[in-house]
Amino acid sequence: MTALGALIRRDIRIALRVGGGALIGVLFFLTVVVLMPFAIGPDLPLLKRLGPAILWLGALLASLLTLDRLFTADHDDGSLDLIVMSRTPLELACGAKALAHWLAAGLPLIVATPVLGLLLNLDAEATVAVALTLLVGTPALTFTGMIGAALAVTLHRGGLLLAVLVLPLSVPVLIFGVTASQAVIVGPTPFGTPFSILCAISLVSLVVGPFAAAASLRQGLD
Amino acid sequence: MTLIDLANPTRFLSLTTRVLPWLAAVTAILLAAGLYLSALAPDDYQQGATVKIMFIHVPNAWLSMFVWGVMSIAALGTLVWRHPLADVAAKAAAPIGAAFTFLALVTGSLWGRPMWGTYWEWDARLTSVLILFLMYLGLIALWRAVDDPSRAARAAAVLTLVGAINLPIIKFSVDWWNTLHQGASVIRMGGPTMDRSFLIPLLVMAVAFSLLFITLHLAAMRNEILRRRVRSLQMMQASRVTLAGEASAA
Repeated sequence: MTALGALIRRDIRIALRVGGGALIGVLFFLTVVVLMPFAIGPDLPLLKRLGPAILWLGALLASLLTLDRLFTADHDDGSLDLIVMSRTPLELACGAKALAHWLAAGLPLIVATPVLGLLLNLDAEATVAVALTLLVGTPALTFTGMIGAALAVTLHRGGLLLAVLVLPLSVPVLIFGVTASQAVIVGPTPFGTPFSILCAISLVSLVVGPFAAAASLRQGLD
Repeated sequence: MTLIDLANPTRFLSLTTRVLPWLAAVTAILLAAGLYLSALAPDDYQQGATVKIMFIHVPNAWLSMFVWGVMSIAALGTLVWRHPLADVAAKAAAPIGAAFTFLALVTGSLWGRPMWGTYWEWDARLTSVLILFLMYLGLIALWRAVDDPSRAARAAAVLTLVGAINLPIIKFSVDWWNTLHQGASVIRMGGPTMDRSFLIPLLVMAVAFSLLFITLHLAAMRNEILRRRVRSLQMMQASRVTLAGEASAA
């Protein structure tokens, strides 16, 4: 337990220090969302209608951008090999790394959501709904994305290959995240149903992600 | 001959050399028979002649999922038993599966235009099959991104098993969500709901397409084994040339 705690503390500290790049994700999120009104036009009712979708897409792309860092830095300096060889089960270590990554790179996105919701003309209720869906949905993005990150690091390829592998897996999260937030703004559909499915997807990915990532690390690093 | 014997690529090659012509002949006969029966099948009272798209569309859609299932079993073979042919089987199946999925999407969209009034509808079945297609493409990209085949095989196996989660979602999407796409009408509790005049051609076509997949798959596996042999021969020759060059320089 102390080993996992130390791993989480270490990863967060590395991510937040100079060169760690966790906050690049928030900056990217901000930029993507600010770009949207230029593409769509400053039509406030339309922006309000599209707001949740824009915020979700921005968060998805921002979390994809930082995923690359989950394993590459550790692989480059050799600490990944130590983690693989250590007595702590690799599945738990992977889970701890993903948790640390989500705390450092995922949580700031959710903190930034109210400010960006203001730019997109979302009212308080809608902003809370989007933030809530992001809070339960982004762990799923991180934990399924970790599978792609583990594959990419064992193949010494990152970047576009990672995006191609991870994006199809994140479609269900996007669907139910946006459906739940839209339900609050326009829909007659209830908020609870898609929100519960989103929670379920997150919980499943919490289980599947570490095992698949650990399997690919074990198979791929030699 | 057991599965273990097939692990020897030379035995596998000699077996496929004997089996493939027969398999191809049976596939061709069944395909011809299936197409003939499909042409003879009566027009639907609602859909008219467009119902005949079904005889192509449904086998393609079945196979798009079946091929991923085959690749998942091959992935288990790669990760658990390190079966040397499992890598080859998984790699050879991916482009074929992608082709079946693409054809299922295209025929479905051509069928949807007269029936639903649209080529594409973002409903659950269509979207999940589209994701399956994207995952096939991602898998092919993964195979092509890495030059060491065994390393690529293990990574692709993990991705294949993760992607297998999509299969039940596709199968049950029409039951779970309210969609335009019709529900199951052949394999369901209480027997098929389809009339025999449609069911028989459909089943013949399904068997023909499955045999087509097996034929193409075995042929692609042969090619892949031969390609790997050529590759290792080339690498041996390259190293020999390098060694000779170093010797003459020294």
